[in-house]
Amino acid sequence: MTEQSRTYAIDMQAILRKQDGYTNPMETCIHIEHLNLYYGQKQALHDINMKMGKNQVTAYIGPSGCGKSTLLRCINRMNDLVDSARIEGKILLDNENIYDKSINVAALRRRVGMVFQKPNPFPKSIFENVAYGLRIQGINEKRILEETVENALRGAALWDEVKDRLNDNALGLSGGQQQRLVIARAIAIEPEVLLLDEPASALDPISTLKIEELINELKEKYTIVIVTHNMQQAARVSDVTAFMYLGELIEIGNTSQIFTNPKKKQTEDYITGRYG
Amino acid sequence: MNNTSIGHHISEQYNKEIEDIRNHVLTMGGMVEEQLDLAINAITTLDQELAEQVIKQDNQIDSLEKALDKECTQIMALRQPTAFDLRLLITVLRVINELERVGDLAEHIARMALQLSDVEGNKNDPYYELKHMATVVKSMLHDALDVFARMNVEDIPAITKQDDEVDREYNSIVRQQITYMMEDPRNITRTLNILWAVRSLERIGDHACNICEHLVYMIKGEDVRHISQEEFERKILGG
Repeated sequence: MTEQSRTYAIDMQAILRKQDGYTNPMETCIHIEHLNLYYGQKQALHDINMKMGKNQVTAYIGPSGCGKSTLLRCINRMNDLVDSARIEGKILLDNENIYDKSINVAALRRRVGMVFQKPNPFPKSIFENVAYGLRIQGINEKRILEETVENALRGAALWDEVKDRLNDNALGLSGGQQQRLVIARAIAIEPEVLLLDEPASALDPISTLKIEELINELKEKYTIVIVTHNMQQAARVSDVTAFMYLGELIEIGNTSQIFTNPKKKQTEDYITGRYG
Repeated sequence: MNNTSIGHHISEQYNKEIEDIRNHVLTMGGMVEEQLDLAINAITTLDQELAEQVIKQDNQIDSLEKALDKECTQIMALRQPTAFDLRLLITVLRVINELERVGDLAEHIARMALQLSDVEGNKNDPYYELKHMATVVKSMLHDALDVFARMNVEDIPAITKQDDEVDREYNSIVRQQITYMMEDPRNITRTLNILWAVRSLERIGDHACNICEHLVYMIKGEDVRHISQEEFERKILGG
């Protein structure tokens, strides 16, 4: 084999790898096993089984009321706050069942951060918003706080825009900036997993693109699960897409496969706009 | 998944745009078939008028190709199609390219008909021998377009298999024409024109096969280019 043809062979491998179908992720971060969720008598999730890989972005798509947000909220036990919610099955985070009695829920939520549809900064300064998580952990040393706040704001691609006004009230930021601030607040406490519940649905297209770009950068450090109504967004940002319908996981696969050649008719109908 | 029919879109407008594109491809296909038919008639009867008509009409096919290209680009930009819709548009872009080439080859056959009829003493010696090959090629093209309309992917192996027959016929005509050239060098001009026409016909068979491959991608989402006939059939008929 000549030098030149060897170079071709290497490039070919890189190109061909991109076409690999979805197999179970190399390293599983979150493993959901036979998960059922009931709100009172009504079953909202039906026997959900899926694995989400470390440093991968998994998107949940599906029509309203199909259980995507409910499933997302199971991953940091937000549904515990709903009185009528009852859960069966397991969610393993790094092989540990988060619904085990021995689990400290506050500690779990430190490991699994969450960002909601509407930016919800506290009515405090930009600095204090990001430092909040550290302060409630009892960290008050100025040097550590400053360093962490800067790193988190840089991580959320917001530092350059706010570095000169860290003491301004966070509510004075634009919607897109507020959403990135909330992401900075979530990553300041260095979680393993970030749950994003429609993080860009209230934002303009430019802010949306910034958030999407950010998701792409954040996945190097975190495992990300995103719920979105915007299918093109799911297509752009995620590695794996899961389609849910009426509380069931219909199909999960590599995003490129789901959007070009879904295996199930329901998925096809939904993503091509024939659902209904 | 296997689409045997296209369901209705929530957006009526989108539905209509997709339907229009499908209809326009079939219109273009019909025109190309017609051109091929006329070109074959021109060469087998040495009808100059017919040949000139084919040459003149080719630009209509070119215009349709450009119009369809634009329609597809617009839907892609405005609708961000996915899944079957996306594969349909990609396939349309590929198929109209093949059809345009078939149109060019038909025009080429018509030009060869003109050349043949120009050669002294040829007037009463039209080239009937390609009739059989032409019938097979025309049926391949027709059946491929039929698959586009009906999405009956299981009919595809029978179409692509006919290409073997076309190739056999082509090789036999080439051997025959070489013999003529060796017999009498004065035959060379006529023979070369015939060989070029036959070669165009053989290429049209290949384009029909390519259309079939694109259609498998559209209907089944499988890329079946550059694989063996066995694997080709397995991917189409199995699973």
